Amino acid sequence: MAENVEEPWSRSKGMFASLLAGPVVFLFLFLLAPLAIIWGYSFGHTQGLKEIVVDGTFGNYAHALNPLYLSILLKSFVFAVLTTGICLVVGFPVAMAITFAKPQSRAWLLLLIMLPFWTNLLIRTYALMAVLRTQGYVNVLLGFLWGGLSHALATLHLAHLGAFHPLDLLYNNFAVVLGLVYVQLPFMVLPLYSAMDRLDRSLLEASLDLGAGHLRTLFQVVVPLAMPGIASGVLVTLIPSLGAFLTPDLLGGVDSQMIANVIERQFKAANDWPFGAALSFLLMYVTFAAIALQSMFTPKGGRR
Amino acid sequence: MPEVPAPPRLRPHRRSLLAALGASGAAAVGLSFGLDGCAEKVRRGTNGEEAKLNFYNWDTYIGKDTLKEFRDATGVDVNMSLFANNDELFAKLRAGNPGFDVIVPTNEFVTRLRVADLIQPLDHGKIPNFRNLLPEFQSVVFDPGRRYSIPYTWLVLGIGYRKSKMDGVPDSWKWLFDSDRYKGRIGLFDEADDLVRLAAKYLGHSVRDVPESLLPVIEAMYVRQKPNVRVFHEDNGQDLLLSGDIDIVLEYNGDIAQVMQEDDDLAFVVPKEGTLINSDCLCIPKGAPRPDNAHRFINFLLDAKVGAEISNTIMYPTPNGAALALMPDSYRQNTAIFPPKDRMAVSEYGDFEGVERTHLFDELLTRVKAA
Repeated sequence: MAENVEEPWSRSKGMFASLLAGPVVFLFLFLLAPLAIIWGYSFGHTQGLKEIVVDGTFGNYAHALNPLYLSILLKSFVFAVLTTGICLVVGFPVAMAITFAKPQSRAWLLLLIMLPFWTNLLIRTYALMAVLRTQGYVNVLLGFLWGGLSHALATLHLAHLGAFHPLDLLYNNFAVVLGLVYVQLPFMVLPLYSAMDRLDRSLLEASLDLGAGHLRTLFQVVVPLAMPGIASGVLVTLIPSLGAFLTPDLLGGVDSQMIANVIERQFKAANDWPFGAALSFLLMYVTFAAIALQSMFTPKGGRR
Repeated sequence: MPEVPAPPRLRPHRRSLLAALGASGAAAVGLSFGLDGCAEKVRRGTNGEEAKLNFYNWDTYIGKDTLKEFRDATGVDVNMSLFANNDELFAKLRAGNPGFDVIVPTNEFVTRLRVADLIQPLDHGKIPNFRNLLPEFQSVVFDPGRRYSIPYTWLVLGIGYRKSKMDGVPDSWKWLFDSDRYKGRIGLFDEADDLVRLAAKYLGHSVRDVPESLLPVIEAMYVRQKPNVRVFHEDNGQDLLLSGDIDIVLEYNGDIAQVMQEDDDLAFVVPKEGTLINSDCLCIPKGAPRPDNAHRFINFLLDAKVGAEISNTIMYPTPNGAALALMPDSYRQNTAIFPPKDRMAVSEYGDFEGVERTHLFDELLTRVKAA
């Protein structure tokens, strides 16, 4: 990194330090200090109703490693991986389409990707509920088409379709994954786009000229070159999905409990902050492991 | 009209919207700006206190003009912030009172706040309107003599249902907890304490001191019932019922009474086994900056006309006899708001039984959901 900077920071240390001081203080006060407190809580227990005594116990972690909570963690992981996979499959062509779009329309397409961020997540989730519910827009449309088809077949004396039964689209795991994909998709598309935007087009032409088909060019040239974008896209999609609690709360059914829902309950209804802290850090360790894996798969610099 | 898609329902209820937001932040912002921002010009009332009051309340839980009328009567400005549930209220006060003068905890949290030494005794000499309360609310098991809390409303959990989709009146917890008759159309409340204790009630036990030997039975019942349940709702059961997503739901009477005004096909029943009675109460937290204003405000809310106006808006049952006398029959005769006497006779207040019980019940629900 350092050699890319025009003037090495070692020559203007004062300048560098004064620029860095703000972010470091911010990071310390609002990220590291609260995290340290929560980490401390995870080694304590609740005394009475409001005191937390930090006594170095590992009891919360022992409790958190109980198969019940591990199975919930595993389930959350399955949801998150599924979400990430779908986001990647859907997001890759979208990012590619934006990359190869005309420069003047590219800004508009990117704006469309970012537009959902202008609306609160809760409002978007409620909107999704209105689409998916038993008498929501999808079921009403399907009911209308079914009615038309049924009428047509009946007048032709071909068949009787019977009444339309609305699909159960809401309050199940399908709705949770759909909701997560809906929320996370922009986080996948943006890093993919920025990786592919930097891609040297002449390499694609060379690949095609040298006889590789489109698919082969895609998988043997584009995908490896976009790998850093894929890796960071996977990371910024996977981690928030793993910690999602609003989506499973509102869209999920009786089987959709994710680990973040359990953590939230520890801080609120169950009033067991130390155990909640231990569960959060368990999740954090898993996240760190994911980041470590990512750095292993990211090609080291110099490939460009 | 099943063809009309239900619009996204964002009308806030006592609990639902804020709860979903996890809105500890939203309410706090209002407060921190309101609290000490205007130090240069403190307006004082006749009692020497600053002419202000910080009121921490549930959403949609006050009359339309109540706060304005209080200002006209006393010159005291009320700054109301909202909490979504008792857990949020407790979490906010736990680290020290951030400046609230009057709060509205539910009875079990009155006990909990008292045990945690977070609320102060009331001066009944400053609350002459106390005599407006019905006798049965002037002293209660969770606060004998009402030393710490003044009842604001009471409420019961029961069954909200869509009449056209039921076989008769579902007047037993059986139809929610222990039967597949309404498979896939059942909504349960996502509150471990309530689910465990109401199941105990169904099994013939009191909601208080549920024996630990009964817990595995309750857990097994819920695991068995789970495939029949559509959703564990976040106190938005009335919306799910209204939109047709479910047909039978565990909810509070006031919430169902609100949607019954919009849809004739909805009804509410307290099951024959009896239920859990709750009561939201006015309390003054320790360290309240303006305790005298707080007493004046509590006294004001107990006024007959003021109380009637509040009940007219929020549709929860009132413990205020003088206010009740001013209410129309459509409220007084509403069996959703005032369940029949025989059902109330077998119903009980819950107790706060210590935080270990809370953990135990919470883990039971976690296991049910993971099963």
